Amino acid sequence: MAAMKKIKYLIIGNSAGGIGAAEAIREVDKTGPITIVSDEPYPAYSRPLISDYLARPCPVEKMAYRHPDFYEKNRITILLDEKVVQIDPDKHTVKLDGGTTLAWQKLVLATGGTPIFPEIEGNRLKGVFTFNRLDDAKAIDDFLNRHHDGVKTVVIGGGLIGVSVTEALVKRNVEVTIVEMKDWVLNTILDEEASLFEAQALTRAGTDIITGYTAVKINSHLPGEVSGVSLDDGRVLPCQMAIIAIGVRPRLDAVAESGINVNRGIIVDRRMETSAPDIYACGDAAEAFDFVYGVNRLTPIWPNAYEGGRTAGLNMAGKSAEYPGGTAMNALKYFGVYIASAGLVTPPDDSYETLINRYDGIYKKVIIKKGKLSGMVFAGDIEKSGIVYNLMKDGVNVSKFKEALVADDFGLASLPKSIWKDRLDSTPPRGVTVITSIEKPEELVIGD
Amino acid sequence: MKKVYINEQVCIGCGLCEVYCRLKHSKSKDLVKAYKKETPRPLSRIRMDESGIVSLSVRCQHCDDAPCIRACLTGALSRDPATSLVNVDEERCIGCGTCSLACPLGVPKLDPSQKKMVKCDLCQDEEIPVCVANCPNEALSYAEVPDESLKTNQVII
Repeated sequence: MAAMKKIKYLIIGNSAGGIGAAEAIREVDKTGPITIVSDEPYPAYSRPLISDYLARPCPVEKMAYRHPDFYEKNRITILLDEKVVQIDPDKHTVKLDGGTTLAWQKLVLATGGTPIFPEIEGNRLKGVFTFNRLDDAKAIDDFLNRHHDGVKTVVIGGGLIGVSVTEALVKRNVEVTIVEMKDWVLNTILDEEASLFEAQALTRAGTDIITGYTAVKINSHLPGEVSGVSLDDGRVLPCQMAIIAIGVRPRLDAVAESGINVNRGIIVDRRMETSAPDIYACGDAAEAFDFVYGVNRLTPIWPNAYEGGRTAGLNMAGKSAEYPGGTAMNALKYFGVYIASAGLVTPPDDSYETLINRYDGIYKKVIIKKGKLSGMVFAGDIEKSGIVYNLMKDGVNVSKFKEALVADDFGLASLPKSIWKDRLDSTPPRGVTVITSIEKPEELVIGD
Repeated sequence: MKKVYINEQVCIGCGLCEVYCRLKHSKSKDLVKAYKKETPRPLSRIRMDESGIVSLSVRCQHCDDAPCIRACLTGALSRDPATSLVNVDEERCIGCGTCSLACPLGVPKLDPSQKKMVKCDLCQDEEIPVCVANCPNEALSYAEVPDESLKTNQVII
């Protein structure tokens, strides 16, 4: 093979993780060539916004995750609509599906997740969709535009993806039934009580929720088209569209034969480096450190992808950085209901202590083990949830003030001074001019 | 860049910082309208946290290490290279609250009527922020952040 010019930093994936890596590299190395490969045709966009897109289609620029001049300004070569099919860790190359081979010095795999697609009968019919990418939203939009009158939809799976596609569909006046296998919607990120906030909002919006059952078949009366979904109790839900939203798993097709160690996701250390030298991984594709569980696991959420990508990027550019750890953390506002949760949402055994406060339609719960927070759920009002989340992240012992964490008047002042003092700038540094007012001192008036 | 420093020792928790902040961020710039009539109702970017005798006037610190920027789902939050402030692009903000959950002070405020997040902008068009200018007890002060902390080459994760 002719000597190929090696790309200094090759990033596979153009979403939160990939951009996090690129921005971190540029903080350290202003000039080293960076190339990002993406199998999507768009500059980086905010994936969570595909729900807003489906609710009200808009130009893709409105969903941009970074300003239009991002790639140019950071001197990043972007290869869109190109899929990496093979990685060769020894030769330090990757192969694209068009046949091109790229050589690199440092590589980061920010390949994201792919929808779990159950092998049930009818899953290839027209009118069956997943909802993970902008093109999925576009395809659903297109389907709705071609079927003007009352498209009934069954959303299979009541997790984040299922609820977010439902919100968009409701805004499009589509009748939706959510089928959730477990006992309540959003069960991986909410406890039963907070889930009820969401379920009530969904019901108010006209959505039917069926829990405890699962879809076993997608029916078709007219060839190729969806006519309904059959559940495991024999019930049939008539519909013209079915959306599969049972979850995502790491996208590992390119990694498969590379020899890189993989568990459920790509295995990385705290530096986000994989088992292969010079290869890093982050985001939904990787198993990164979870500070609540104290182990590496999949936490496929946007902020963790960015954070992991950033750690990878710093290390790729020669710094020594450790991933601070992340955990499942989500802030939701579906149908205008604010909910925030992080870590555990239900205690797994009785070695945990749970504190709950309910007032004025607000629900606050924290889960504590050995004095430290391991989970939280705030519903109805999420202001100041960040204070609690960061106490959990920092591993602060909260035993002495745990009741305050869920109190109605909780705030920074409820914490010991040593903690808030650390988080607030309370004393201006010595030797700088301190301004406290723009008014000039009153002049002394003498006599009349 | 300059920052607002709070001296809790002399803060009496009067809440004027919140009042002036709300007024400043109102359209009418009229106190009665800002509180009673204006829609969408302007929000104070400052939060008064109180417990016993302690009162804290809390606002965005425009941290060097801004977890909100990294957590933002849409890219609406960024650091302005010219002013070093953490800014929110209202056009791109969807008010999801992820920043609020990520913030150690929990300061990003969600405006339910606008479905946006609002935060302290240090009153860029004023000589000094209105909260500082109107603090009756000089509990708030405005001062330059010393250069060393800006110049540190330490990379914060």
